[in-house]
Amino acid sequence: MKTISFTLNNQSVSIQTNLQKRLVDVLREDFALTGVKEGCGEGECGACAVLANHKLINSCITPIGSVEQLDIMSIEGFKDTERYHILAAAFAEAGAVQCGFCTPGMLLAAEALLHVNASPNETEIRQALSGNLCRCTGYSMIVAAVKIAAKNGDGLW
Amino acid sequence: MNNTNIGIRVNKVDNQEKTSGSAKYIADLKFDNMLYGKTIRSTKARAKIQAIHYPVLPKEYFIIDHNDVPGQNRVKFLVNDQPFLAETVVNYIGEPILLIVGPNRQKLKELANKITIEYQPLTAALTYEESLRCAGGAIFGKDNKFASYTYEKGDISRAFSQAKTIETDEYTTGYQKHAYLENQGMIAVPEADDKVTVYGSLQCPYYIKRALEQALALPEEKVRIVQTTTGGAFGGKEDYPSILAGHAAIAAKKVGRPVAILYDRLEDMASTTRRHPAQITFQTALDASGKIIGMKINVILDGGAYAGISDVVLQRSLFNITGVYHIQNLEVHGCVVATNTIPNGAFRGFGAPQAFFAMEMHMEYLAKKLQKNPLDYKKLHMVKQGDSTATSGLFLDKVPLPEMLATIEKMSDYTPKYELYQKNENHHGIGISLFLHGCGFTGSGERDIIKAKIKLRRQANSQQVEILAANVDMGQGLKTTFKKIVAAALAIPMTDIIFNNPDTDHVPDSGPTVASRSIMIVGKLLEDAARKLKARWLEKGTIEITQAYKQPDRMHWDSEKSHGDAYPAYAWGINVVETTVDPLTLQVDVNGVWTVFDIGQAIDEQIIQGQIEGGVLQGLGYASMEVMTNDQNGKIMQDSLTNYTIPTMVDFGKVNHKLFTTYYKDGPFGAKGAGELTLIGAAPAYAAAVAQALKIRIDRLPVTPEYLLEVLQNENHFLYAK
Repeated sequence: MKTISFTLNNQSVSIQTNLQKRLVDVLREDFALTGVKEGCGEGECGACAVLANHKLINSCITPIGSVEQLDIMSIEGFKDTERYHILAAAFAEAGAVQCGFCTPGMLLAAEALLHVNASPNETEIRQALSGNLCRCTGYSMIVAAVKIAAKNGDGLW
Repeated sequence: MNNTNIGIRVNKVDNQEKTSGSAKYIADLKFDNMLYGKTIRSTKARAKIQAIHYPVLPKEYFIIDHNDVPGQNRVKFLVNDQPFLAETVVNYIGEPILLIVGPNRQKLKELANKITIEYQPLTAALTYEESLRCAGGAIFGKDNKFASYTYEKGDISRAFSQAKTIETDEYTTGYQKHAYLENQGMIAVPEADDKVTVYGSLQCPYYIKRALEQALALPEEKVRIVQTTTGGAFGGKEDYPSILAGHAAIAAKKVGRPVAILYDRLEDMASTTRRHPAQITFQTALDASGKIIGMKINVILDGGAYAGISDVVLQRSLFNITGVYHIQNLEVHGCVVATNTIPNGAFRGFGAPQAFFAMEMHMEYLAKKLQKNPLDYKKLHMVKQGDSTATSGLFLDKVPLPEMLATIEKMSDYTPKYELYQKNENHHGIGISLFLHGCGFTGSGERDIIKAKIKLRRQANSQQVEILAANVDMGQGLKTTFKKIVAAALAIPMTDIIFNNPDTDHVPDSGPTVASRSIMIVGKLLEDAARKLKARWLEKGTIEITQAYKQPDRMHWDSEKSHGDAYPAYAWGINVVETTVDPLTLQVDVNGVWTVFDIGQAIDEQIIQGQIEGGVLQGLGYASMEVMTNDQNGKIMQDSLTNYTIPTMVDFGKVNHKLFTTYYKDGPFGAKGAGELTLIGAAPAYAAAVAQALKIRIDRLPVTPEYLLEVLQNENHFLYAK
């Protein structure tokens, strides 16, 4: 057991834990952040994606020991930002939400992309979000949503 | 009746809770004193259980076995053959034998590893052939057949005696896993007075309720099922949840505390249902001009170890086996057989994708043998209004295929491309598939088995109307579309309609969320009830309207003979897929996908777009990359999202679509079913395109590069070069 300190959704936190514990379990069990979903447990589906220093990571294959001093953002923290509201409105407008299980991860993947590329083209969107699986939508409406967000959020990213 | 505005998109009512991550799925719930359950499963495909050795259990840890099932240790499906927990024998790798329950999930894993089970292995039947000769003795009944049907139409012997030629040909299809993003899970909570409540990710609250009444030997008022936000289902949460809910409830009953059983991906992949593999053979009688005058067809489905709902899946395969073609003389046989593998079950399309793949590819085969253009050949046989169906029912409504074909030809340039790629050797191909979907339950299922009922309730002094129905939103948008139907019929805002996740203590049994029936059948009940409520709107006090299903008078079905109208209405589709195949690696690139569908009036065009794009992609996955196999011991070889690959965002591009609207008078605002139709046509269109690109014949799904290599290395497959 060791103490790990990091920033979680804009607040400094520390936790006494086994360093091997998966970040997804820490977030869901110790911090009750259930917007972080577990879909596959091996980094394939992206449902558990969170931002670490604004880069997208899969929290199911991230040991808590590796997040010391990092800035972790889950959907619960991101939802208070203006960028979230632009993205959420774009997902609604494009009909990009079906069962919703992949949605928090998708939004964060879009945020990670727009952070480094404020006006991505179709190929760049598909590449950047290709680590996030969705079984409902066939993806194109999610791609459309990211395009809408990039347009409506002009200047925010 | 028709309201042309209803199709205009609205924001879905559950967007906000899903984008913000606040929607609660089953794994997000916790109850006081809750324990977790883990399932101990068979490691043998077929064996007698000789002895089980347990470790010493710490306090608060419990073992549950078949002796702990208070009622009947059989899952209530059509046939009561499947135990919740194995008794003396196991019939597939992964069959549940024990549950171990306790507070710490890590500790449960450690304890589970210390349980040893001694088996006496028995000869397993893993293939159709082994099943049909009852290797090791029958698994089910006397002949290993969960169900078999035969039906005929016209005069088959005359057709075959008059035939100029008879063509024989066979197709096989593989498994497909639903791969919903949310794994299966249930939480059972014991309540006062012996009652139990089960929360979970599910499609059919009342199927589970009935299964638990039987398993727990409880009267109906003691079992309550509540659906939690469901992260995708596609049929996978139709049948299996009855088993899982049973496990959770049996355990909760024994320990007197809430028990959560939440599968991880490995367990979900290796123990829940899959799409039935199929083997379909045709013998087709042709006249001198090459026209089909009769067909003898045989269908075998692999049902896995227990019957489940395989019987009904087989019916849909058989009754749709002639596709969209008018075949005058017909003899159809089919059976679904038992093998010592994971029981197969419901999956979007429900036996139809296998049938349409086989029939469409058979039509391609016949056309090429006759040196005719496949589309012209299909057109020659296409059904029209007034023609008889395979089961001697009638296509009573307009068949919009000619207009749909004209449109998709324009959208995709199918014919010029087809002709160009026939001449070229540059590995381009284009394929077209024509298909239908019989909406709702097969035969008289709605009238005789389901007997759907809904209620609408307006409380006194309220402007709000509550929908009381047992159908669930599993991502397909039912919360939005049901509200839209009721709001439109009442001419009040959608925000005044309440529709909560079904809770069997509060909603009547409007039937399962399956078979593309929710909008067409239940939506119509809601529309009719809403119109009655509107007529009484000015009354004071609480108003409750109950509406029950009545089979349309025009539908006639004889289930004994499989004769008549197997479905009340048909939805139609045509897909075109264009591909380029790398001749060295045999990797297939999809260059374009065009689709047209007639689903009657769309209740929400954007939701339908989502069904189309998602269904077509799931169909393309089935066609191309979704490989699932068993090893020689009957163990599943693809048990994760790493080794079972589903399409990602970069595998296929945009799906072009256009809707046609043939109003259906017994559907709400003229709507028919849509959810399953969208998956059916992708595989045959894809296979036809790849076949053209490589100038080969394709007779199997999925069409992987490995399969293509096998075909190219086998000279006999260069059929059309001869």
